[in-house]
Amino acid sequence: MPDTHEIAGLIEAALPGSEVTVHDMAGGDHLYAHVRAAQFEGLSLLEQHRLVNEAVGELLGPGRPIHALKIKTEVAS
Amino acid sequence: MIATEDQIREEILDAISQHRIMLFMKGSPEMPRCGFSAQVVTLLKENGAEFAAMDILPDPRIRQVLSEQSGWPTIPQLFVNGELVGGCDIVTELAEEGKLREMVAA
Repeated sequence: MPDTHEIAGLIEAALPGSEVTVHDMAGGDHLYAHVRAAQFEGLSLLEQHRLVNEAVGELLGPGRPIHALKIKTEVAS
Repeated sequence: MIATEDQIREEILDAISQHRIMLFMKGSPEMPRCGFSAQVVTLLKENGAEFAAMDILPDPRIRQVLSEQSGWPTIPQLFVNGELVGGCDIVTELAEEGKLREMVAA
């Protein structure tokens, strides 16, 4: 089961300076990530979510530790 | 039915190009097999969208090939005008902002 701090750390490493909160929604494999980052400026929602998905990378998907990652992004000013 | 990976890829790409609003989901719109897929179906219907759907569950390669093509790791995946819009979170956010209705308007 992935650690929520570990996931938050991966996202923070990919988006330096971002504020990340990760919660467990159900049983450890459905997670919620709230990410506030300056890097989102000017990007579409799809592109913002892609950056977060890519940060979590190999941990997310079928047969991987995280089944679902709910993402909420916010542009930091 | 025995399909090669290339045939699956062709079927996916055809579906995306032939249907203006194309949803890849778990189960069918009548009987979704996952809460996230069910939510996108509900939002599309609420916003008056006429959409086509493909169930990714019958063959694990459908999902694998789809994610390779789209670069998106999870299901559901909504395409409008041949382009990926996103998964459940993005569709939900667009619906809340009233943008989904514009996007799916015929």
